[in-house]
Amino acid sequence: MYMSLFGIMFGVGFFIVTQAQTSGFEGFFIKTILGTNGALRIEDRLQATLFPMEADGAAGRSDFLIASDGNRKVIPGIEDPQRISEAVRHFKNVSGVSVVLENSVNLATNVSGAAVRVQGVNIDDHLAVSDLASQIVRGSLADFRLAPTGALVGSMLASRHNLQPGDSFTLEWNGAVRRYRVSAIYETGVGDIDRVRVYIHMSEARSLLQKPTGASFIQVNLFDASRAPEDAARIQEVIGHAVAPWQRREKTWLDVFRALRFSSAITVSTIILISGLAMFNTLAMVVMEKTKDIAILRSMGYTRNDIARIFIWQGVIVLAAGAVAGCLFGAAATYGVSKLPIRIRGIFSTDSFVVAWSVWHYVWAVVISSVVVMAASLIPARRAARLEPGDVIRGTSQ
Amino acid sequence: MSTLKNGEIVIRCENLHRSLGRDAGRVHVLRGVSFEAERGRVHAIVGPSGCGKSTLLYQLGLLDRPDDGRIWIDGELISNSSDELRTAARGLHLGFVFQFHFLLLEFSALENVMMPMRKLGRLDEAAMAARARHLLGEVGLGEKTHRLGNELSGGEQQRVAVARALANEPSVILADEPTGNLDQRNSELVFGLLARLARENGQAVVLVTHNPDIAKRSDRVLEMRDGVFI
Ligand SMILES: Nc1ncnc2c1ncn2[C@@H]1O[C@H](COP(=O)(O)OP(=O)(O)OP(=O)(O)O)[C@@H](O)[C@H]1O
Ligand SMILES: [Mg+2]
Repeated sequence: MYMSLFGIMFGVGFFIVTQAQTSGFEGFFIKTILGTNGALRIEDRLQATLFPMEADGAAGRSDFLIASDGNRKVIPGIEDPQRISEAVRHFKNVSGVSVVLENSVNLATNVSGAAVRVQGVNIDDHLAVSDLASQIVRGSLADFRLAPTGALVGSMLASRHNLQPGDSFTLEWNGAVRRYRVSAIYETGVGDIDRVRVYIHMSEARSLLQKPTGASFIQVNLFDASRAPEDAARIQEVIGHAVAPWQRREKTWLDVFRALRFSSAITVSTIILISGLAMFNTLAMVVMEKTKDIAILRSMGYTRNDIARIFIWQGVIVLAAGAVAGCLFGAAATYGVSKLPIRIRGIFSTDSFVVAWSVWHYVWAVVISSVVVMAASLIPARRAARLEPGDVIRGTSQ
Repeated sequence: MSTLKNGEIVIRCENLHRSLGRDAGRVHVLRGVSFEAERGRVHAIVGPSGCGKSTLLYQLGLLDRPDDGRIWIDGELISNSSDELRTAARGLHLGFVFQFHFLLLEFSALENVMMPMRKLGRLDEAAMAARARHLLGEVGLGEKTHRLGNELSGGEQQRVAVARALANEPSVILADEPTGNLDQRNSELVFGLLARLARENGQAVVLVTHNPDIAKRSDRVLEMRDGVFI
């Protein structure tokens, strides 16, 4: 029984700590997505080919228009970002809207050059749809605000071209070259961003990219990011632009995290399962050893249920002790792991293990171990309850 | 329970049949046994080894079902009742002393005697302990109430088993060689106790014995041979 007890304790504990980690990293990844590219991205205009359709059945019902997917025309970019921003702001769940003008341009310093993606933004709008403010690692946002030709440069891009706050560089597009000064360097941890993205003021971007109106996309943040798919569908319906929720944009990575979380849950559950088997074994043996005692109790008037209860109780006691010890162990291990140093850059940026504290990890660990233990003790308990006292006593008394 | 009831039939069986074993090894052990036991009397069943005495006692004790025949306890037909009813009847009406002392060895003598009372739930903890102590005193084990079952000798265990059978003041006490493992003095003690309680409390005692002295001192002796009384 001690083996089962320890098994359950470790099973529950490991379950909790692995779930805390995998969901911790997953949650951190989501937070990074929301803090960089936002919850929703409003992109190209969808021009549906509309045609009238007769509602069949009830006569006299009004005609309505229906959009046919097959005939959708896509018009790149956003022609009237102002109007669309206004419309989107009216959605209840929307917490911020930022118009972005983006393009590929060539960056050059005195010594090197590279293709980068420049994003023209209104900084205050953009701070409302990203965590840019907290991603600044050198320099300051205040400088950027005050400098019309200021730029925010990704950390990897900056280190590759040896750019420091105050340094200048040029951006070239379609023959036009304009000079900028590094106001600050940011690090999101997302390699694809930190390597190539340069933020400049919207007015500068319009001059550089020779685009006095329109926008490439609009980045939107939501109060409740989990509702992004529903909001995306509704906004898309209303404004006629393609709207991509973060869950769809980052589906690949999110699927990887989910798979990790499930596979670690399954792996660790085997510890609990094995403890369950050990417990089953022990209880089955106890039942065999105690057939005589069971028969005596039955002869005194103890019912089949009384007998079954004795064995189930043993399971419950082991389960309760194991679950409590396991939860404590899991919590302690989770805390310990969160202090372990690990440097991760690429899909997010962290210098230690990320853990999520969720009561559900504990609930699930306890639910899984309860199911296993109950199965492990019910079967021997039922076997004990089925014993016929007469058979047992005759068998041992003759 | 009053002595006025003495003589009243409390357990009765009619034409009991029971075969044991399987296939070719099947033995027709009980071959139509009819029997009744009265309150306030000691009934001794005697007979050669293997004639079916224990088998009959298990039938009367509702520990085993008859292949044929019927059993009544307190006028109620119980032989074909559900397991629940038979179990309840065991706790309420019957006290059993097995041929080989069956104590719960990990429990103390006191706990063993309290066990049937716990299930019945008539007394509170203190009253149960007091009664158990009293009964253990009656069988001469007043000093050893806290000994564990496996710290007692065979004869002592037997006496604890007798005390336990008396715990719920059953109407019928079924005892399979209750004095088999006891010396002269303790045999006297146990038999004397059973006989006295039978008379005082109006309990029917049915005991199996190989001891002619004990048989002689019983109110009724029934001789069994090859699964029937002769
Ligand atoms: N499981 C069994 N299978 C087959 N035969 C059995 C089984 N149990 C008992 N018997 C037989 O049933 C018969 C009656 O057994 P029982 O125990 O009632 O005898 P008994 O009169 O109590 O004998 P003893 O005085 O030795 O205790 C015996 O012949 C025995 O061999
Ligand atoms: Mg016998």
